[in-house]
Amino acid sequence: MIMIRLNDITLSHGSLRLFDGCSLEIAAGACTALVGRNGSGKSTLLKAICGNLRPQKGTIEIAGKDVSLLKPAELARLVAMVSTERVRVANLRCVDVVAMGRAPYTNWMGRLQPADYEKVTDALRQVNMTGYAERTMDKMSDGECQRIMIARALAQETPIMLLDEPTSFLDVPGRRQIADLLASLAGGMGKTILYSTHEIDLAVKNCTQVILIDGGKVQSLDPKNAKERERIDSVFRLPL
Amino acid sequence: MPRNRNILLFTLAVLAILVLMVVDMATGSTHIAPREILNALLGRGDASIITIVREIRLSRALTALMSGAALSAAGLMMQTLFRNPLAGPHVLGITSGASLGVAVFILGIPAFGISSVLFKSLGMVGAAWIGSAAIIMLLVALSSRIKDIMVILILGIMLGSGIDAIIQILQYFGSEASLKSYVLWTMGSLGDVTGRELAILAIAVVGGLALSIPSVKPLNLLLLGEDYAKSMGTDVRRARILIFVSTTILAGSITAFCGPIGFIGLAVPHISRMLWKTADHRVLLPASVLTGMATMLLCDIASKSLALPINTVTALVGIPVLIMVVFKNQFVK
Repeated sequence: MIMIRLNDITLSHGSLRLFDGCSLEIAAGACTALVGRNGSGKSTLLKAICGNLRPQKGTIEIAGKDVSLLKPAELARLVAMVSTERVRVANLRCVDVVAMGRAPYTNWMGRLQPADYEKVTDALRQVNMTGYAERTMDKMSDGECQRIMIARALAQETPIMLLDEPTSFLDVPGRRQIADLLASLAGGMGKTILYSTHEIDLAVKNCTQVILIDGGKVQSLDPKNAKERERIDSVFRLPL
Repeated sequence: MPRNRNILLFTLAVLAILVLMVVDMATGSTHIAPREILNALLGRGDASIITIVREIRLSRALTALMSGAALSAAGLMMQTLFRNPLAGPHVLGITSGASLGVAVFILGIPAFGISSVLFKSLGMVGAAWIGSAAIIMLLVALSSRIKDIMVILILGIMLGSGIDAIIQILQYFGSEASLKSYVLWTMGSLGDVTGRELAILAIAVVGGLALSIPSVKPLNLLLLGEDYAKSMGTDVRRARILIFVSTTILAGSITAFCGPIGFIGLAVPHISRMLWKTADHRVLLPASVLTGMATMLLCDIASKSLALPINTVTALVGIPVLIMVVFKNQFVK
């Protein structure tokens, strides 16, 4: 089953046209890395898929539905997003941030039911942050904040999770852990994961599919295939 | 346990408000003992004291309660929406917008030839709403283009100064009598709101606060920014409109009747965050409303005891909080 489908889309960032007539398919349960040079349009593409940006032309389908026709509440049950924005709000406890992920399922006041509390605890456990529940977001490291934001996306219980550079700001073990976690979510829970990254080696090792953006062209490549792996490397090789 | 702590704090806040209300009503040109106040409220005792308490002191205390509640709730919503700890109706120029509306109205009254008192007070509120709504709409239009919140804040301050300049031009051309009433209005006063005006103010404040209740869930999600809020199912456009309408009514109405009262909307949400130690608006909104009520009563007691205009007192209370927030932010970064 195809979870994310781009149909001939044209997408711009401000006045800069990044993609023209781009099409793409991502299967359910795939862990996909989105790679490309700085400014190639990785974040813009992710924003368009989660409905925060409309393509000038073409359509984006999520689980067979046109993103532009979905209401925010409907979209929130299909796609969870982790952006590069750093959330450092004083007095905001980690457990409350993760609980926000339950927003699409709670009433108008955002009251959590016992089942919601369970899902929040579960999400914290999955990212190994149970002990951090009562800490506040302004007193944590970047990596810890990133894990909390991922836990929040997990609590949202969506079939698709999009992450914009989830491994940036992290040290080497931290990057490995996040990449492994994302791969296990796709493998074990059947989630469709799409994340942008500059860590080519990690992406190749952990992902079933790599999407390469190069000069406005979007290519879907298999990292296990040596020839296709060569193409990925060529984009990032330093010119001699 | 945070829950028990919250209940304790809410109880203490309500008790503090009750005590401060009695103290506020006891303070004034003639001191009235708390027991006499309670008797007068129940319609017992000296007829002149009953008149003073019921018609002057009670109205003033109620105005203090309402202005504290309204400005603090408006400030809290602005701070979350703009994701800026220094946002508030005064700083963003919303109070100035309301002042411009009132200035046009008061200085223009002779030209309009209005004599009805009810029409005059309704006109003041209407003018203040239009003025503050205009500034808010301008800020919204700008904030969709400008992402840097510091720039929005600076623009708010610039707008406020620009409006003050326009008001000065209006004053220059205004008649002597209307000029005097405008200048008196700018000093801010909680004591001039009585009878029908009090009822209009109460309806506006209750209405504005009622609109802020459905904003609680979006406000919580907006703590993470608009993109995150949207990704978790918030209709950001609708939430923004709701929050703006609510703040316009709250800040605009208070400014119309009590004059431009600064710093309460900015400082009180911070005081409540410190006391309740939370970022959850389900707690913070009622907490700010109650803290605002208590703070405003305290300011009014100080204002009456020292014979100072109310906005001088609120500035003296608010500025230290503002400085503290600026310093704390420096350290976080």
